[in-house]
This record gives sequence, structure tokens and C-alpha cells, in this order.
Amino acid sequence: MPTDDPHAPIGPHDLGGLLLADGEKTIDREEYDFAHWERIVDGLIYVMGSKGYPSDTAAFRRAIESLEPEDYARLSYYERWAHSAATWCKELNLVTQEKLDTKMAEIKSRYEGGDAQ
Amino acid sequence: MPPADHSHPHSFQDDHPEPETYHQLLGLALHEVLVDKGIYTIDELRSKVAGIEGITPETHGAQVVARAWVDSEFKEALLNDGYAAIKSMNLNPGYAEITILENTPDVHNVVVCTLCSCYPRSLLGRPPAWYKSKSYRARVVRDPRSVLTEFGTSIPDDQDVRVHDSTAELRYLVLPMRPEGTDEWKQSDLARLVTRDSMIGVARATAPDAL
Amino acid sequence: MSARFQTGDRVTIAARAAERHHRVPAYVKGHTGVIERVCLAQVQPERAAYHDPGEPRQTVYRVRVDQRDLWSDYAGALGDVLEIEIFEHWLETA
Repeated sequence: MPTDDPHAPIGPHDLGGLLLADGEKTIDREEYDFAHWERIVDGLIYVMGSKGYPSDTAAFRRAIESLEPEDYARLSYYERWAHSAATWCKELNLVTQEKLDTKMAEIKSRYEGGDAQ
Repeated sequence: MPPADHSHPHSFQDDHPEPETYHQLLGLALHEVLVDKGIYTIDELRSKVAGIEGITPETHGAQVVARAWVDSEFKEALLNDGYAAIKSMNLNPGYAEITILENTPDVHNVVVCTLCSCYPRSLLGRPPAWYKSKSYRARVVRDPRSVLTEFGTSIPDDQDVRVHDSTAELRYLVLPMRPEGTDEWKQSDLARLVTRDSMIGVARATAPDAL
Repeated sequence: MSARFQTGDRVTIAARAAERHHRVPAYVKGHTGVIERVCLAQVQPERAAYHDPGEPRQTVYRVRVDQRDLWSDYAGALGDVLEIEIFEHWLETA
């Protein structure tokens, strides 16, 4: 969100001090377990990090912050991570959107065929 | 399926449900494409996840705190240079700089990352969902006392609250106060009083009679 | 690199808008505080976010700001503070 106002939020992620509507105030303290796909996404970020991708956490964060505000709000934590990792992997020419599309279709059909393990 | 089929990478034996959203699928697809391209191997991912899940508040952070409670020389070193002191316990500090925030009768410390979810994963593992939530990130910098009260931690008026917003590459661990009535306790028992939430600063260490 | 500020110095966090990635949340911009401690130098996020090495590194400081200065309606104790890491290039002498 480009702006000249220094006091405007610096992006959809800039939440400190935001006044929330009553319905948004409650802090959900439930201890959630991690889904399989979340563990994969979490792990892949750290494996990539250990190999020097991306070269700095700032690139990882920037790719999250560049989400449209409504997407930032709508997506879950690890969905935002998946978006970020896919973004900088494409920027670094490690993957292409075509390859990702093909793979997504393949995974989908694997599930539909009952071949998911 | 033939047992030796490695034509597409299966990562875990978990009986996991079908990914439901575009981004869930995207995450799994990215993982498989990176493996296909040889950027990393399934084994590397598996061992990374195992390493991540081997770090818990009980096995890591709590050990550091309990040691500081019984060993004043270590505590001084820890407050002075968290990285070096943690390393001296054969734990991986994980970050270039770790700042230990000591709670005292005069000061209560609490940690947040308003911009994302910076967290001392090398000592506490993955952050809990609430730490990453909009409500915690928005509110704890503006009204920390109310948030702490919601966590069951009301702070007396004569104790100052210090909120630490983690924005760069530093990481923070709160050193909670040692509970009263534990003078005779040994380090391994003390560690059982040190909860994850007490090291984030939203709670005090567990009282001995609450164990 | 040598740090421009020392512990105890009064500093103002720049009230600067920035379109690119940076790590200064809006709620602290323009506020004045005290250097709590000098931290390690780190690469500049404004550049490192775009696959640039982000050199030269900039010293990072922990800046302590009174809660009453940040929020006009702050109801907690007088001594309540916020501490936040700020890069040197976002700090001005107060």
C-alpha cells in the first residue's frame, strides 16, 4: 500500500496498536496442532533457509507483506508462508508457475485417485 | 502401491487429509517441485522437521531459565550475552543475538512481534497460534495490562510493564521470577515450573503448589 | 562499523513513509525515546528484501519509548515502556 503518510500502516501486516472491532478483540488461546501441509511448509522454509534461500529473511517477509490486504486477512498463517515461498522461489528462478500448476493438478488427482499416502 | 515407488515424493506416513485450499496445495506442490529439481531431498526435509519438532519449551528454554535460577554466575553471563551463555549449555542459540529479559518485582516483560511472528524458535519451538494472531499483535503494544489480565496475569500498579516488539533479527526470552517456596528445589525440578507462556511473558512461572 | 548512538542517547524514530519493505511499524514513527542498548549491525531490510545483499550493514538499537508518549489514552503505570529494535538509518538525534 504505497502512501506518503508516515503514520499510515506500512502494509497489511502492520498491526501494532490497531484499534479492533469488538468482535476481533478476543485472543484465541486454543493450542492448535499443525496440519500435515503446515509442517511441510514450515519445514521447507527452514530447509531452504539452510541452503541460503532467500538470502535474507527480509525477502521472505516482503513477499508476505505484498499480499493484498484482503488476502493477508483471509489466508491462514502458513498459507501466507506458502505464498511467500512460491513468490521468491519464482523470483530466484528455482520454479516456474507452470511447473507449480502442473504439480498442483497432479497432487489433486493423486488424492482423487486415492493414491495419497 | 509398490513399496519402492519413488516416482513422486511422499514425505510422511501421516494419514493426512486432502489439502483444501489453493495455498495449501501450492505449499505441497512447491515442496514437490523443489524435491524434483534436486534443490533439497525428502530426507533433508524430514530431518529438518524432526529437528524443529525436537525443540520444545521444556527441553530448551526451561533448562536455560532453571539454570539461571540456581547458578548466579550463569545468570549474569546470560543477561550479559544470551547467545554465548546458551551456547555454553550446548544448545544452539539459532540467532546471532538473543536478549534475556529479566522479570523482577519492579518490572514485568512481555514479547510480541507486531509485524510478523518473530519468536525464539531455537528455545521454544514453533510459536503458538495466539502469538501470531491479529488480536495479540494489535493489542499487546497498546494495552498490555489488559491482555496480560486475560492471560491470568494481573500486574500490580507498582510493577512496570515493558513490552518488547521484536522487529529485526534479535530474539527475546523472558526470564521469569523464581517462584517463592522453591529454595530447596534442584534445577531439574525447577525446570518443570517454567512454562512457554512464562518465557514469552504472558504468564508467571508456575507456583509450586499448582504443579 | 562504529555506532552513531550510545546507550542513553535521546533519539527520534523517523516519521518517514516508505513504499518499500521496511521494519518500522507506523505506531512508533515520529516518537522519541532513549537508546536502551546498541545491538549488532544487520543488513538493510529495505534492500535485502529484493534479493540485494543489503550492505553496508546498519547498527540496530533497542529504543525505549514511554507508553504515555505512544498512546495519549494510555492507562497503565507511568513507568510502562515499549522497547523496539530500530535500524540506525531510521533514527535522528532528538
